Amino acid sequence: MTTKSLVAGRALPLATVLLFVGVLWYLGAIFLNAPRVREQLDRGPQAWTTADLIAGTWSMERPVLPTPDQVLAEFWKTTAGTKIASKRNLLYHAWITASATGLGFILGGLLGIGLAVGIVHVRTLDRSLMPWIIASQTIPILAIGPMIIIVLGNIGVTGVIPKAIISGYLSFFPVTIGMVKGLRSPDPLQLDLMRTYNASASQVFRKLRWPSSMPFLFASLKVSVAISLIGAIVGELPSGATAGLGARLLSGSYYGQTIQIWSALLMAALLGMAMVYGVGGIERIALRRMGTRP
Amino acid sequence: MAGLDPAIRNSARSLDARIKSGHDKGGEWSRRPVEGIGRWLLAADVPEVQAVTEGSTAATVVEIRDLSLVFQTGDGPVAALADIDLAIGRGEFVSFIGPSGCGKTTLLRVIADLEQPTGGTIVVNGVSPNEARLARAYGYVFQAPALYPWRNVARNVTLPLEIIGFDPGLRAARAAKYLAMVGLEGFERKFPWQLSGGMQQRVSIARALGFEPDLLLMDEPFGALDEITRDRLNEQLLRLHEATGKTVVFVTHSIAEAVFLSSRIVVMSPRPGRIVETIDSDLARGRTLDARESPRFLDIAHKVRAALRAGHSYDD
Repeated sequence: MTTKSLVAGRALPLATVLLFVGVLWYLGAIFLNAPRVREQLDRGPQAWTTADLIAGTWSMERPVLPTPDQVLAEFWKTTAGTKIASKRNLLYHAWITASATGLGFILGGLLGIGLAVGIVHVRTLDRSLMPWIIASQTIPILAIGPMIIIVLGNIGVTGVIPKAIISGYLSFFPVTIGMVKGLRSPDPLQLDLMRTYNASASQVFRKLRWPSSMPFLFASLKVSVAISLIGAIVGELPSGATAGLGARLLSGSYYGQTIQIWSALLMAALLGMAMVYGVGGIERIALRRMGTRP
Repeated sequence: MAGLDPAIRNSARSLDARIKSGHDKGGEWSRRPVEGIGRWLLAADVPEVQAVTEGSTAATVVEIRDLSLVFQTGDGPVAALADIDLAIGRGEFVSFIGPSGCGKTTLLRVIADLEQPTGGTIVVNGVSPNEARLARAYGYVFQAPALYPWRNVARNVTLPLEIIGFDPGLRAARAAKYLAMVGLEGFERKFPWQLSGGMQQRVSIARALGFEPDLLLMDEPFGALDEITRDRLNEQLLRLHEATGKTVVFVTHSIAEAVFLSSRIVVMSPRPGRIVETIDSDLARGRTLDARESPRFLDIAHKVRAALRAGHSYDD
């Protein structure tokens, strides 16, 4: 790669940002971990230097802020260094969370689209539904999450379903908002045209409203899939789950395993990115098939 | 094209070929439309014209009596149309002309059942506009092409055919026939954004023709196009009208366009929108753009301008 293509491409800006964040992170680790390291060194027999202090802050077993290399080492150890089916493998936990996220995303997406179709087509729903939908999102999910788990647990529904429901509860909202806008996006002439053909409501929906709404749908789905992941992780926190990224975060905080928490967070971030890019990929294929200008 | 006398077809082809060779360097854009004229001439589909005239039972397609339309707005009622009396006969080419706000588009939309009049009566094809719309009695061409961007050209033309429920074979045949008629064969698989504004509007005309309505309602279809493209499409539209015998109601704010195309010109004036005068235009059949320099043309254009002035259209 030549210097010119480095400057022109995305690699150089990305590397610059990464370097900047890395430097800040290591400085932050020194600053945040120093008090406890100093305490330890003071208890020791020898005199210590600043170099000893810095080395100490970057290699603690349970640091306040672990360094990137510690997190990456833990991440590597618990993904590539462990059997895939083992409960110690982070990929196993990621899979548990991803399946709840996927199911919740589908539930939320279908609910979101269904509500939007109702709101656009039925005047009564248009007037009555939106306040309830907005109210549903003002309730903190941390408050309602455990109740959903307990209620569903009492009627014998456990495992992935309650988590998916919490995930779907969060993720339908952006889809509804986006699709109401999208299904109303055809311009008046395009709608008049359908009227001159005496088209039925379902024909107008299939041949005009639905295709018109595609850009809105995919924008909403990208937001929605990221929220689905948060919902699934939050759903794992109160359920006493033993598996999933949420369970890893919880057990990490019980035992002060900050490195484990950070590596679980890293995994969650990567999972979220993969899912958003996945939706973006489907969007590109769908829009290309619809002949959209490249 | 099927059922045409081979001799006619060949002569039209060679006409096309001659036109083409004369425009060798013109590229796709300038060549196509000229070729289109040849095609439209060729589309003088004799059996079809007979079918249309045989099928016509009533001589009057649109009959409007004492019609008025008042819009209720936030600033109070606005009289968009008042005292409209008009009868449009089968096969006529009638233009509505007037300044912005004179109600010419509203009147066309009333005929199409896209607006509801608040007084008077209107009959389209012997029934109410609503029943006429439900029976798909007319094809409507809007000021903008209003193509669906996710459908290619052929699928835009077949859109009404899908809705009406034609079977796929007939849909494809109709799309091919009418795209050829507007000089766009070979563009079936292009998407709207790949076409120029003039081509897009021709697709929308093909779409309106596709289900073969006897009545064509056109709302400033060429208003957004440059003058050169508009001239060419005017000539093509005239050929189409002569060939098919359809009734055309055409809204425009161009005097030249109205006089060149119409058999009758309805001059309107604003506040409230009303008809000032109806002027017959009797230019020869088969006229070309050259007719616009004839004394007869200038005479009719002068009458239209005088009527517009009488309707205070030129007042500040």
